[in-house]
Amino acid sequence: MTQSAFIAAVLDPDAPIPMGLTDASDRPVAARFNVYRNNVAVSLKEALSSGFPAIKSLLGAAFFDAMTGVYLRAHPPKSPRLALYGETFPEFLAGFEPVRHLPYLPDVARLEYALRQSYHAADATVLTAEALQHPEAFTRPLRLAPSVFWIESASPVTQIHAAALGGSNPTGGAEDALITRAGFDPVATGFPPGTSAVLTALNAGTPLSEALNFAPGALDLSAFLCALLTGGALTLPQDTAHV
Amino acid sequence: MTTQTNTLALIGALATALSATATMASAEGAQEKCFGVALAGENGCQAGPGTTCAGTSKVDYQGNAWTLVPEGTCLTLELPAMMDGAARMGSLEALDRDLPMDS
Amino acid sequence: MLDHRNNWRDTRHDTWRDTLPNGAGVGYKPQHFSNLVADKSPVEWLEIHAENYMGAGGRPLAQLRALSDLFPISVHGVGLSIGGEGRLDPDHLARLKHLLDWLQPARFSEHLAWSTHGGAFFNDLLPLPYTEATLTRVCAHINELQDRIGRQMLLENPSAYLAFSESTYAEVDFLREIAKRTGCGLLLDVNNVFVSATNLAFDPISYIDAFAHEAVGEIHLGGHDEDADETGAPLLIDSHGREVADPVWALYAHSLSVGGAKPTLIEWDTDVPEWKVLAAEADRAAALLHRVPA
Repeated sequence: MTQSAFIAAVLDPDAPIPMGLTDASDRPVAARFNVYRNNVAVSLKEALSSGFPAIKSLLGAAFFDAMTGVYLRAHPPKSPRLALYGETFPEFLAGFEPVRHLPYLPDVARLEYALRQSYHAADATVLTAEALQHPEAFTRPLRLAPSVFWIESASPVTQIHAAALGGSNPTGGAEDALITRAGFDPVATGFPPGTSAVLTALNAGTPLSEALNFAPGALDLSAFLCALLTGGALTLPQDTAHV
Repeated sequence: MTTQTNTLALIGALATALSATATMASAEGAQEKCFGVALAGENGCQAGPGTTCAGTSKVDYQGNAWTLVPEGTCLTLELPAMMDGAARMGSLEALDRDLPMDS
Repeated sequence: MLDHRNNWRDTRHDTWRDTLPNGAGVGYKPQHFSNLVADKSPVEWLEIHAENYMGAGGRPLAQLRALSDLFPISVHGVGLSIGGEGRLDPDHLARLKHLLDWLQPARFSEHLAWSTHGGAFFNDLLPLPYTEATLTRVCAHINELQDRIGRQMLLENPSAYLAFSESTYAEVDFLREIAKRTGCGLLLDVNNVFVSATNLAFDPISYIDAFAHEAVGEIHLGGHDEDADETGAPLLIDSHGREVADPVWALYAHSLSVGGAKPTLIEWDTDVPEWKVLAAEADRAAALLHRVPA
């Protein structure tokens, strides 16, 4: 039996049990084969459940369980690193008819995935508040730490995420979510739409003084700089080399 | 804004940010810490929960005939009207459920 | 990945961490970090799953680095798909080599199983027919792996829920032949032996007696769940979610009497208990180990 035939039957609950399998004493093998069906489906569903807890809360456990059953079969992991599983989950949600009436879901999933990426991102020597008091800090190129991610959303995505995990109801509108990681724990903070242009500019080596020209009028510069500083988001270029 | 006014604004904002840094650091515990990321997507070599669960569930496979509806916190989520006047984004109406999970 | 801390081990010259002691270890869970740092006993070494430490940084690698100052570490791969029909994933091999070069662990082990097919990873240890074709393929993959990482690996016997009619080797003979052809060592999972023996109706004592103990570099013990098939016959599941069962402890004691003391790991991967429960399991293994004549 080929591994193609074996895995096809594992993934399809309606498929017949492949021929050539035995328990070595002529007992039926369906229940035994179903152990493999369960292992694959349950373990991948659990990986998605632990990686997208807000999506699970928003949709309910039963719906999430059934929907991830569809997702894992259409989009099994491409890598053995389960910490990265679900990269295509936001796009899947965007195209999944039964949740079409919840257009904020893909962005919430993007936020949850970015939190995981940030958690596993490379460490970096970050610019301290003291270093930023030096005048040159405004005019020299900086880089964002590898743990910094952002999401442009038409929804109050950080607030929906928080509400799904037990927080209060959202109050704002569209926002750009900034994910930073001071130390080891990623944090998401919402800023006005357009804020991501500043981050894009900073990451391209634009000095802080020029990058802030891209800031939307609604951006509270103090709060934004505070988030960058306390989030360990700014580094000098040589500290950010990725492999 | 001109570079000069920008720089002045920046210095002001930075001063505020620096003085706020200590406050925010101490309040950090109150911020969302995304608890659980540590264990999200852990690899293991254990087996799943036996022979009676989701791997053999047929509800997984209904494709376009999908009949489950979301029944989580999306039902109670109240989204404010979008600032651009767009319609509210959360559906607050629970749809009829006509098929239970068989898993 | 890891570049800013590359080769941090190069500055050290101690060797205690290069060998697993013939004592008890536990599978490391982040929940137990502070317990392990506060009080090592009775744990003499730790095992980690390789795939959970292939990120670029953050807490997982920081914790691992701290723990490797305290314990010899065994790296256990769970995703290489050594039994797969396709070639070994070159990207995954590279990530594994990077981790091993960085950490310099005492051991590396993987499974006699497959989990990747057609570029997709299915996160389960899927079964193999024990045939000449499988033997040739598995040996080629192990040779490639050992050449790549520059060290010997240990190959673990799987938990089986069914077998293949086409198999021409008994599992113990298959494992012995792989070890002979590739020079790899073996990881004897005593719970897997008990689970497979129950599910496939063979005698676990005979399996242990026939095992190539001279090649064994590590033993695993873990808990299993009891289920049943359509006829009511017992169907054991390798769940790693509870204490090691009494018959498995007995089989372990038998294995020690046949094969001698080996570094022994307690695996507990689901419903992870508080530290003292896991430590008690390690204590029980240590007590049996220390009874074995040197």
